[in-house]
Amino acid sequence: MSEHVHRDDFGARLGMWLFLVTEIVLFGGLFIGYSYMRYKYPMEFHHGGAELNATLGVINTVVLLTSSLTVVLAIVAIQRAEKKRAMAFLGTTLVLGVTFLVIKSFEWAAKFHHGLYPNSAHLGTLPPGEQVFFGLYFTMTGLHGLHVIAGLSVLSVMLWWVATDRVRPDRYIHLENSGLYWHLVDVIWIFLLPLFYLAA
Amino acid sequence: MSQHAEHSADLNTVQQPEHPAEHPGYGTFIKVWVALLILTACLVGMSHVSQTYAVWGLLTMTPLKAGLVFYFFMHLKYEGPLLKIVILVTLGTLLIFFALLFSDVAFH
Repeated sequence: MSEHVHRDDFGARLGMWLFLVTEIVLFGGLFIGYSYMRYKYPMEFHHGGAELNATLGVINTVVLLTSSLTVVLAIVAIQRAEKKRAMAFLGTTLVLGVTFLVIKSFEWAAKFHHGLYPNSAHLGTLPPGEQVFFGLYFTMTGLHGLHVIAGLSVLSVMLWWVATDRVRPDRYIHLENSGLYWHLVDVIWIFLLPLFYLAA
Repeated sequence: MSQHAEHSADLNTVQQPEHPAEHPGYGTFIKVWVALLILTACLVGMSHVSQTYAVWGLLTMTPLKAGLVFYFFMHLKYEGPLLKIVILVTLGTLLIFFALLFSDVAFH
């Protein structure tokens, strides 16, 4: 092994943040679209929000906030060379992330059951404002759901890497960056909760 | 203090100003998580009071929660100015888009 290993952890984090910034703009655009549409159709958004299950939304918020906590605790554990604990925290995050998706799928299934899905016949009979509400709901929670799946995939690899010592106390930038991604997914959900589930 | 201890203390002081700031413990993050849960409870509570409260809850609690996640969980507290500037420029850009859109809407 050579003595000098080229490493730039700050550069790696900067790169990750630049990517996250594009994600912020991607969702930001949708949030701006949402605010204009809500301004235009306040009553319809109110009715649309009443159709959503606020309890499930709040439960999923707690699930995701807790999963964010366990990721950051996994980093603390790695810094302290507590490998088993780091793996336990990451495993918990994965379980919580899957829980989020399961709850989400039940929620969407209920909507589909009521004829509420993109381009459905029932949706076409609703007032334009409510169509817009559900269009944004499916687009934004769907895009967020894809991010959850991506985050879970990356964190699964991190769990594997911690287990195989590719991520270790002197070299954990990959875990840090994966954590950053997961936290951003959490932040987006923090905004989705009041905009959709508590809109009524 | 023995010679040896003095030497190791010397080595530590080099890292001292940065070390605790770079590696916060479990407790800090658990406290932030509790704060996030409390803010979520406040947000949900306010949304039940009235529409006005709901909007105010949305405008105050939500950015506060996002801020806590950014600052602590995403370690911005422990980063230098560059990353903070990158994020502020992004948020500023979104705010400009938002303001431009609504200034257009206002005059329709």
